[in-house]
Amino acid sequence: MPGVGPRSAGLIGKGLLGIYLSALVLLPIAALMSKASTGGAGSFWREITSPEALAAIKLTLAASAIVVAINAVFGTLIAWVLVRDEFPGKRAVNSVIDLPFALPTIVAGLVLLALYGKGSPVGINVTFTRVAVGLALLFVTLPFVVRSVQPVLLELDVSMEEAAASLGARPLTVIRRVVLPSLVPAIVSGIALSFARALGEFGSLVLITGNLPFKTEVGSVYIFGQIQNESLPSAAAVSVALLFVALVVLALLGVVSKRWSRHVL
Amino acid sequence: MSSSGPGVVSISPPAIRSAPRLPASDAQRTARRAARARKLGLRTLALGYLALLLGAPLVMIFYRTFEHGLAPVWNAVTAPNAVHAFWLSIEVVAISVPLNTIFGIGMALLLERGRFWGKGLLGLLIDLPFAISPVVVGLSLVLVYGKTGWLGDWLAENGIQVIFSVPGMVLATAVVSLPFVARETIPVLREIGTDAEQAAETLGASAWQTFWRVTLPAIRWGVVYGVVLTTARALGEFGAVSIVSGRIEGQTQTLPLYVQDRFENFDSTGAYTAALVLALLALGTLLAMNLLTRRTRGRMEA
Repeated sequence: MPGVGPRSAGLIGKGLLGIYLSALVLLPIAALMSKASTGGAGSFWREITSPEALAAIKLTLAASAIVVAINAVFGTLIAWVLVRDEFPGKRAVNSVIDLPFALPTIVAGLVLLALYGKGSPVGINVTFTRVAVGLALLFVTLPFVVRSVQPVLLELDVSMEEAAASLGARPLTVIRRVVLPSLVPAIVSGIALSFARALGEFGSLVLITGNLPFKTEVGSVYIFGQIQNESLPSAAAVSVALLFVALVVLALLGVVSKRWSRHVL
Repeated sequence: MSSSGPGVVSISPPAIRSAPRLPASDAQRTARRAARARKLGLRTLALGYLALLLGAPLVMIFYRTFEHGLAPVWNAVTAPNAVHAFWLSIEVVAISVPLNTIFGIGMALLLERGRFWGKGLLGLLIDLPFAISPVVVGLSLVLVYGKTGWLGDWLAENGIQVIFSVPGMVLATAVVSLPFVARETIPVLREIGTDAEQAAETLGASAWQTFWRVTLPAIRWGVVYGVVLTTARALGEFGAVSIVSGRIEGQTQTLPLYVQDRFENFDSTGAYTAALVLALLALGTLLAMNLLTRRTRGRMEA
């Protein structure tokens, strides 16, 4: 760049980056916080404890917790089968795992509706029920646990398990005492990411859940409704509450993984 | 993952396999049979779960699209609103992805090579979009750029419309796909280290030359992987764009929004056709991701 020294070019770059991040993240989050706190703590509390908001928040937390528990079991199982088992088509199965990350969420919702909705070819109709909420969340969060456990399993030394088995440990004991302890950090990290994702999920839920207040309406759908009704303070309050939970979960994950790595080293 | 790479030599010559096996005791045979049954059981359970959750729904989307024959699908693909939605999606992606690529590389360099106060905060800021619901992203943008937002009056005075038009949709898309390029580039930057960059500088290369000739070629596959993820996310974004676009038919309707619109207007072929187009793009993304991981892994093993 003629006429511009490398130092000032670097400064310009940093300045542009600052503007970009401010426009995209910093300013919007600040505006959200400010909107949520316009009426003070009392009004914030009233907004998030209004019956409909509270029901939506409770459903979000409960559904996310259940989904995460199922993910922990099946995610670990799928990772195990993909690493330790051999069967034709394994490569294809392995690449399909990432599909929920690549597929647009609205398509995910529609696709689940095609199979488990009205006129279902398998005779199961879950539309407008809480089962649909869980199903959609399971779909979009599937890859997290699988993808965090898989690399750890690949690195795991099989000779430890063989040693345990040759010393007379039953298969279940080997899993519980030898394999699982080394997988726990990876499972926890997958769980935390799934949970944060499930808390905010929107696109896959709008078509299949019917968005019924007090029944299938989750937090993000409630926020959407409040925006449509132009009651922005209440939308902002619930947003901040959900964001807070997500950040706490991710911060806990940071603490846990740091402590664990120190423990292992 | 499973198949041994080209560099791995398999040590199971046929001679060993065909060696006469010692007669196994009954106990050994039972144990072996139990192990095989366990393995088969686990495999069935895992694959069955995947088939019900991923496989079958994916097959269904093809079936639902073509269940009334080809003619309705053709009509759905060529419907003016569908074509408009498709090109609008492409337009939004074509603006937001390059922006996120350039700034993503910049953020990665700053986080990995820079030394400054508030680095942890910058890292947090970049990852924040992963923790926020798309709906909340949309709401926050409305609170800044909307009619009653912080910058609303100033934007109106200057005749700039952000919310309910393309700039707002680009902003929303850029926010939700912000972290990918930086997050994929940082580990690569850490791995290549600074030796080559320092050597280039010692030999008199400018910072700019060092970046173009040394750093960028070394990190390019990480960047490309990040761009693939960014594109997939940008193309499919629904919640945030739904709020900032106002979903005006034929004007601010992207392809994911069009899917919802068709479905809610009982045009199931229209909805499934648009969804199938998006699904095929997603499958293309998966394919690209696979090719790229194989490529980088091959290079690391070499």
